[in-house]
Parts: sequence; structure tokens; C-alpha cells
Amino acid sequence: MTLPLTTIVLLPLLGFLVNGLLGPRLGTRLVTVVGCGLPVLAFLVAVGAVMQLEAGDGAALVETLFTWAPFGERSLDVALYLDRLSAVMVLVVTGVGSLIHIYSVGYMKGDEGYARYFAYLNLFLFFMLLLVLGRSLLVLFVGWEGVGLASYLLIGFWFDDPAKAAAGKKAFITNRVGDAGFLLGMFVLYAALGTLEMDAVNAAAADGLLPAATATLVGVLLFVGATGKSAQIPLHVWLPDAMAGPTPVSALIHAATMVTAGVYLVARLAGVYQLSPEASLVLAVVGVATAFFAATVALVQTDIKKVLAYSTVSQLGFMVLALGVGAHGVAVFHLVTHAFFKACLFLGAGSVIHALGGEQDLRRMGGLARRIPITFVTFAVATAAIAGLPPLAGFFSKDEILWFALAGEQGGLLLFLVGAVTAFLTSLYMFRLLWLAFLTPSRMAPEVAAHVHESPRSMTGVLVVLALLSALGGFIAVPHYLEGLLPLPAVAPGRAAWHLPLALFAVALALGGLAAARHLFGGEARPAAALAARLATLHRVLTNKYYVDELYEGFIHRPLVWVADRVLLRVVDRLLMDGLLHGVASLARGSARALVRVQNGQLQRYGWLVLVGLGAGLLWTWPHV
Amino acid sequence: MADTGMLLALAALLFTIGLVGILVRRNLLVMLMFLELMLNGVLLSLAIFTAHAGSAAGAVLIFLAFVVAAAEVAIAVPLVVLLARRRRSLDPGAYMDLRG
Repeated sequence: MTLPLTTIVLLPLLGFLVNGLLGPRLGTRLVTVVGCGLPVLAFLVAVGAVMQLEAGDGAALVETLFTWAPFGERSLDVALYLDRLSAVMVLVVTGVGSLIHIYSVGYMKGDEGYARYFAYLNLFLFFMLLLVLGRSLLVLFVGWEGVGLASYLLIGFWFDDPAKAAAGKKAFITNRVGDAGFLLGMFVLYAALGTLEMDAVNAAAADGLLPAATATLVGVLLFVGATGKSAQIPLHVWLPDAMAGPTPVSALIHAATMVTAGVYLVARLAGVYQLSPEASLVLAVVGVATAFFAATVALVQTDIKKVLAYSTVSQLGFMVLALGVGAHGVAVFHLVTHAFFKACLFLGAGSVIHALGGEQDLRRMGGLARRIPITFVTFAVATAAIAGLPPLAGFFSKDEILWFALAGEQGGLLLFLVGAVTAFLTSLYMFRLLWLAFLTPSRMAPEVAAHVHESPRSMTGVLVVLALLSALGGFIAVPHYLEGLLPLPAVAPGRAAWHLPLALFAVALALGGLAAARHLFGGEARPAAALAARLATLHRVLTNKYYVDELYEGFIHRPLVWVADRVLLRVVDRLLMDGLLHGVASLARGSARALVRVQNGQLQRYGWLVLVGLGAGLLWTWPHV
Repeated sequence: MADTGMLLALAALLFTIGLVGILVRRNLLVMLMFLELMLNGVLLSLAIFTAHAGSAAGAVLIFLAFVVAAAEVAIAVPLVVLLARRRRSLDPGAYMDLRG
């Protein structure tokens, strides 16, 4: 009996072990073959598994590996599970993952930690596949924590820079906050249903075994976990800092796959969320707020990767909005298209950074369109895709999200309006990026400009493939494919006819963003600078990301440090614990100092003492004689 | 036996002489001899009580105690000799290294 799912999961683990243990001894060529070959192999096996799934007409494939913890009549099994939802995820993870592995060959060439890099990247893939394929929430949680670990290792990949090491820690710690919610949600779910296997949970929810209040509690708690992993307000702060890692890592982990884990989690447990309109409303509000907030910040960032990072946060907000209005399939659709175009954008940015010898500041770019044409064209395609220009991928998925935000039963006008404004802002900041980096006259330093070069074919090839996917990915009808698992919400009566006008409106928004960006940033007159000067306060607030980091610093970090220092360190540790121990020690020392006079080494003195003791003993016993 | 009291007084006297000797003399060998005197005082009282009670066990106990005393001397004297070789002195004041 063949075990395709197990094979998919174990292949990257094998790569991690080989490169991690033997890496430096293998030599670059062999490291590359192992590091890229095994993910590609995993992708091929995944395609085979999905074909097997389709041959069975969508009946889920299950592989039970072993029983982890039997207790009483229940047990916790480690099992892998492939249905259409995890099939979509597995193909995206292994497919886009393999492309980014191949891209990394050129990007990381000559780096000291080449083998270590591929080992970590394979480790990430292993955990991500475990997350996606796990049947039980527990297995998913192991993957969930594992990708967090891999993310930490890769953000701090160049750990000799303290800022990068700190960014890694920030990502890890912020995620731990969310994980607390995840764990609690898992506990509540287990207490209520006695199982953590997600197909069983969904079935139980459909059978009405889960009370609505419990469903709300579970839904909100698990979403707390999702806000950590998927960088939603208020736990979004780690993602922009995570850009300290190598750019392909940003593309793979912090754009295409890991950060979508929260979206996948909610979609996976759609049954629970369908029972709880309240939890769904929380999702919708948080999602749309995050989308809007991040888009406004992205407008003014000057670091090319920071713009893309906030764009990712914003797009994740869109996905969560889709989940919140009950359109789970559409959220997964946007997840897929976003994986294509955001990976393309990040890798394109990586190509730009590569060409400029490490420069990331948009203010010192410009005029790159002619110098690195392949990067430019692919980047432009992906930009148009994320902005939502038809017929590129982003148009279809974003249009559907806006449609269900407006017309879905759980949608609302306010959700739709904020979403629409955000769609306009998305187009604006992405075309701003395009103009500042590629189309405006060069602002590069001459010595940088002299060395600009197109990236090697292994990198541009990947860019072309991803650009094609960004262009055509919208024609993969993911929501339709998933409809059996994740039914789309009913459209509110009387709004069915609004779909075409809405699509036209969405196109108008994208074009409006394009025109605004061209007007503000394209010409010589630089009206953008004038606008920034006129709205100086707003500009400052946006540049400082709404001071969220400072807020956390002031309200969480400082009080924590204060308590740790003043209360725990000075009072509890030094005064109480140390005081107790020092007190005991000085008591012993003091009594010893008194008693030491007795032991003066003179035999006769000891004899006298014995005599005194003898006499005292006799006197004491006298009355009893 | 009328002179039991006298004999007991003799035992007490022997013990006291030994005790005083140990406390006042500064020569290890002499102190050892006074120690034997104290022991003999005690054993004398044991002999008196044994005779008084007519106990055979007491007589056996005295012989055992003498054997122990002999063994004790056989160890104590070589110890004193070894100490004396080390420091060339029999004064216990020379061995105050264990002072606290």
C-alpha cells in the first residue's frame, strides 16, 4: 500500500535532515539538488495524490500513521487527511514553495549559510505540509508551531545583525500570544465534542451537537490564534519586521504560505463558524479594519519590502473579511491568487534588491524598467493583478470578496464601503511602488547604477512562471471546486442583479488607483511631496504606522519590564528569595562564630568541659535517685 | 561486707586521681596512664558490685573489659609514638591544628 500523503510530508523533512546534518560537507551542487529536488518531488507526489482524490470523486484520502495518546476509550491519532480544501493548499504550498526554492539558488548564491538556508526552508515546508494535511487540530497545531519556528529561524537567518535577530524574536513572541488563544479554543472544542479531528468537528457541528455559544467561543478563540499567524489587528506588528529575513523567505513564508495558515484554519473549521454569526462578524470587522489600516500605511512606506509587507497584511485582511461574511471558498480563492502575485512581487523585489546590491529604499531607485526588463514586466503584471485589473487573477478573487461583502447575507454596506476604499488604496500604493522603482527617472547613486544587472535565469524564470500564474490564476474556479465542502453564502434578496455593476465599479477603483498613482508619482512636478507637506500630521502618523509599536511599547512592554524589574527582580528575587537564603546562611555563620570558641584545640579544655557536663548530668539525675 | 564502702571510696579515689591527672598534666604518655587509672577505678567498682551480688556474668564482664583495655593501650601507645615522631613533642598543645 502506498502512502502518498506521508511521502509528501516526509520528503522535505528528509531534505532538512540531509542538508542540516551534512550540509557543509556536501558541497553547493549537492545541497542545491537535495534542497530543491525534494520539494519538486513532493509537488509531483502531491499532484498524483490530488489526481487520486479526483478519481475517487472528492472522497477524502486518510492515512492514519499512529496513535499518539490513547486514554480510556478515546485516543488522539496522528493522521493525514486530504480533501479538496487541503488539496488546494498542498498544491499551492509545494508548487509555489518549489518555485521559491529554485529562485533561492540564485538569490542565496555564495552566502555562507547556503546549506543551512535550504535546511531551514525544507524544514518550513515539512511543517507547513503537516499543518495543511493534519486531520486533527492537534497535528495542525504541531505544524502551526513548527512553521513559527522555521519562520523565526529564517527571519533571524543573518543573526549577527541584532536588529534581524530581534525581528525574529518579535515574530515568535507575538505568535505565542495568538497561540494561547488557539490552545484555549482547542481545549473548549475537545471538552464540547471529545474529538479534535476536523472532519468530525464539522460533521458534529452540522448535526447540531455544538451549542451556538460554544461555537462562538471556539470560533473567537481560534481566531485569536489566526490573528497571530495571519497578522491581523492587533497582532499584525511582527509581519513588517519579519522582512529582515532573506527576500525569498518573505515571499514563501510571509506572503504565500505561512501567513495564510490562519485563513486555512478558519476555512477548515467552516462548520463551526457557520454556526456562529457573532464569531463571523468579529472576523469580518477585524479583517476589513486590518485591510484598510495596512493599506493606508503601505501608501507612505519607503522600503520596498515594507510596502509589500503591509500589502500582505492588507490582503490577508481581505481574506479574513471573506471568511467573516461566510464566503470561505472565496477566501481560499484569494489565498491562492495572492500566493501567486505576492510571491511574484516579493521575488521581483528580491530581483531589484539583487540588482542594486542590497538597496531597498524606494527613494534611491527609479528608472529600472529598461535596465532589468524581465523583472519589470513580471512585476508590472503582478502589480496589475493585485490592483485588480481584469482579467488578471486578483480581479476575480477580490471582486468576489467585495461582492459577498455587499450582497452576502452576512455582508453589510459598511463592510463593503471600507473594502472598496481599501481596494482603491491597494491599486494606489502598488502603482506608486511600480512608478517609484521602475518608471520615474533614476535616483540611484552612480556607483550603484553602474552595477545594475538582470538576475540569473534561475530567478527570472521563476518570475515569469509566477507572472503567468498571476495573470491566469483567476480562471481556476477555486470557489466552485470547493463548493461541496465550503458552500457559498446565500445572496441577500434583491441584490442579485448588482453583480455586474459591482464588477465594473471594482475595475473603476483599480483604474482610479492607477491614475492617481500616475498623477501623484509619475510626473516631474511631484505633487505627492506637496500633498505630504499639506497633510503633514497624517503623513507622520502613517509613516510611523499609527504608532502601534510605540503603543505596545508603552502599554505592554514597559509595564512588563517595570513589573519584572521592580517587583519580580528587586522585591521577589532579591529581597525575598535571596534574603531568605542569605538569612539562613548568616544565622549559621553567626552561631558558628559563637561556638567556635569552644573548640580551641586544647585537649585539657575538652576534658574540663567533659567534667562540667558530667557534673551537670549527675546533679540533674540526683533528685531521681 | 563491712568494707564495701571503703572499697568503693578507693575506686572513687582512683577515678578522681586519674581525672585530675589528665586535667593537669601536659604529657601525652602520662595522660594515657591516668586514663588507665580512671578505667581501673571504674573496673574496681564493677568488681565490688559483682562480688556483692555474687554474679558470674559480672566476673566475665570484667575480664572482657580488661581485654578491651589492653587492646586500647596497644593502639593508643603507638599513636602517641607516631605523634611524637612527627612533632618531636609529647605536649598536647603541639597538636592544636583542629582549633576552630
